[in-house]
Amino acid sequence: MSMDYFQYLRKERMPHIWCPGCGHGTIMKSILRALDKLKWAKDDVVVVSGIGCSSRTPGYLDFNTLHTTHGRALSFAQGVKVANPNLKVIVISGDGDAMAIGGNHFIHACRRNMDITLIVFNNNIYGMTGGQASPTTFTGSKGTTAPYGAIEQPFDVCNMAQASGATYVARALDIDAVAMDRVILSALQNKGFSVVDAWSQCTTYFGRQNKWGDASEMMDRYKEMTYNVRLAEKMSPEEKAGKYPVGMLFQTSRPEWCEEYGKLIERVSK
Amino acid sequence: MSAEATEKKAPVIKFLAGNEACMEGALAAGCRFFAGYPISPSSEIAEKMSGRLPKLGGKFIQMEDEIASMGAIIGASLAGAKSMTATSGPGFSLMQENIGYAMMAEVPCVVVNVMRGGPSTGNPTGPSQSDVMQCRWGTHGDHPAIVLSPNSIREAFDTTVQCFNFAEQFRTCVVLAMDEIVAHMREKIVIPAKEDIKIVNRKKPNLKPGDPYKPYEADASLIPPMMNFGEGFRYHVTGLDHDATGFPSGAPDNQEILHRRLVDKVEMHKDELFLFENHRTEDAEVLVVAYGSTSRSAKRAVEEARAQGIKAGLFRPITLFPIPEKQIALAASHAKKVVVPEMNLGQYRLEVERILGPAVPVVGVHRVNGEPIAPSLILSAIVGG
Amino acid sequence: MSKRYEIRLAGLGGQGLVLAGVILAEAASIFENKNAVQSQSYGPESRGGASKSEVIISDEEIDYPKATHIDLLLCLTDAAAEKYLKDCPETALVIADSDLVPSAIPEKYRSVKAPITRLARETVGKEFVTNIVALGLIQELTGIVGLPALEKAVLGRVPKGTEDLNKRALEVGREAAHEYGAHILSARG
Repeated sequence: MSMDYFQYLRKERMPHIWCPGCGHGTIMKSILRALDKLKWAKDDVVVVSGIGCSSRTPGYLDFNTLHTTHGRALSFAQGVKVANPNLKVIVISGDGDAMAIGGNHFIHACRRNMDITLIVFNNNIYGMTGGQASPTTFTGSKGTTAPYGAIEQPFDVCNMAQASGATYVARALDIDAVAMDRVILSALQNKGFSVVDAWSQCTTYFGRQNKWGDASEMMDRYKEMTYNVRLAEKMSPEEKAGKYPVGMLFQTSRPEWCEEYGKLIERVSK
Repeated sequence: MSAEATEKKAPVIKFLAGNEACMEGALAAGCRFFAGYPISPSSEIAEKMSGRLPKLGGKFIQMEDEIASMGAIIGASLAGAKSMTATSGPGFSLMQENIGYAMMAEVPCVVVNVMRGGPSTGNPTGPSQSDVMQCRWGTHGDHPAIVLSPNSIREAFDTTVQCFNFAEQFRTCVVLAMDEIVAHMREKIVIPAKEDIKIVNRKKPNLKPGDPYKPYEADASLIPPMMNFGEGFRYHVTGLDHDATGFPSGAPDNQEILHRRLVDKVEMHKDELFLFENHRTEDAEVLVVAYGSTSRSAKRAVEEARAQGIKAGLFRPITLFPIPEKQIALAASHAKKVVVPEMNLGQYRLEVERILGPAVPVVGVHRVNGEPIAPSLILSAIVGG
Repeated sequence: MSKRYEIRLAGLGGQGLVLAGVILAEAASIFENKNAVQSQSYGPESRGGASKSEVIISDEEIDYPKATHIDLLLCLTDAAAEKYLKDCPETALVIADSDLVPSAIPEKYRSVKAPITRLARETVGKEFVTNIVALGLIQELTGIVGLPALEKAVLGRVPKGTEDLNKRALEVGREAAHEYGAHILSARG
């Protein structure tokens, strides 16, 4: 871990806006470690985001960066990718951004299977706007718009992604940087649409409202709520009940949109 | 439609509907990316694009809705493609947020709005001009607006080319407001040879590799030169208030500079933007101001009024916004009355009233029944007291 | 010909009236260098319900693109006749399918009734060329476009392999003009 992060960062944009204890910076570093392994030219990388705490990430990164409107990052990103398939496109989105206002774009991006990686910085809350409940807020958990606890069932980002057609789907916790590095690298290497549900604790809003304690206590709780998918076969249904698997959850191979469109151009332009 | 008219060295004669001519104009202007969602009465533009673009090496993508279509054309433009979408009423409403983004982030792109009756689902297949003010003020916030409105098939082609040229020149989102009549009627069109079509491309900064690039640093033109993503000058684009570097800036001075520049860059060049037609206005005592298909009814009414000995004339703005205010005032200089026919309840009429002031009575002829305004209705207003 | 000639083709979706209007307008504007505008009713009714196609042909610039003073009305359904005859000035020529428009055409109009659809089905052999039979009939009766121009326009728009069928349809339509519209032709002189 002796790499120089600053070669990928816009130093002049520091300090970042994230609160002490927030997991977003940890995930950002995982992304940078994966990119460092891939050795992609910085000029070829485009990082796109929507609106929210996580969506501020591109501003800190020294690539082509595009901070779009709330929920719409994937639509901008697909335009970039289709117009120039040589560009490496990474989308960073929050749980509200990707799964609520951008939910329709999410499922259709999965269906199209363009070579784009979406990393959902999932902290189960709208942090930037003050701690309102999000589509991944756990049933019973509080938000400023769910003062008595959420009565709705949360979305499972990974199930949604798989059901909608993503070709690489994984979940990792910010506390487990090794696993996070591994799944982000695999996601970036997958030739198709990849989704990483990257869990990140929001101590300021989620932790305080739900009395989940500080960052380390929240991370411990996330560990208790999850299990390693590699151990799933050895676990009883009771042990898995109500818990989320982490690790690489799904991978398949399917025609990639831009390649298929390239073939279409070949076919019709003769 | 096997002939690739846009690539022809010689003029090509075709018999096209407005939507088809619009598509041909876009291709001739260099449009190579289209994202859209089906909606009447604009769908033929998407349909024809899906067939033609791949033959030219361009890209067509059908998105999940109009919000995504608008996002996709902005993304594509940033990656270097001249890009466009086409929609109608409800879809145009959905696009507004990202139209504002394109204006704020100064990303060239073209939106065609084939106007149908509204609000809401309204009249999906009838003609209307009821989105005129939405074309000007649809997205929130102060912002520039360049809006063109054709009245013939040839002009649907020409104004679409112009929309792309203006979008590229001014780094903004330009709207083509076409009404359903122009979109669906067919006329002969001679598509000019490629070398006879003036094409404008976005101005590039004069930089060597490694030079610092400030994406929003403008010269005296107020229009910043633009690099595309992937060309070696990494920069940041945001819809937040930002400074010349492109990064968010909440500093009051920066905000003031940004918002004034966005509006002024169009305002200070507006004489280059004005497209209009004067028909017998030199001595017009009754001036009709009409645009789009309604202007064709108006021209007929003017001729019939002249035949009755009434000195009538027509001023037709092709550029609806910015408004050719001086030109309207000049055309009205002998006018004792001004008639503004529109397939809405008076949206442009209010502008004409504002420009001409209380000295000249302005009479509206407004219909929102999904039918074109017949020349006889306009003639009655010209002749009537 | 008068400076502005207005044609309305009315019937049902599926009878090919929009295409007929396009062909007529192309014949005039592309192959004879006149001005022409074609438009049509647009909406759910174009898919099986009432259908209307209009063509304006003129030696001069065409301003208003819709019909206001019909010179020729073609009716391929009774409903079309009922709906559009009332907009027709007395100077109009009315052509109707004699099998599909049982109602009498008011005597004030010059009119021709011919079994257009039946001719397409039985004489040419395919009902889908009804629109082309109608064009042949219109051409011969009015001369609004010349036959060479019309034939070129037809052949430019019909599917490959149906050229002979469509030429035959034009011919059958023109013959029908003589059989059913001799009174109009003799008046034209």
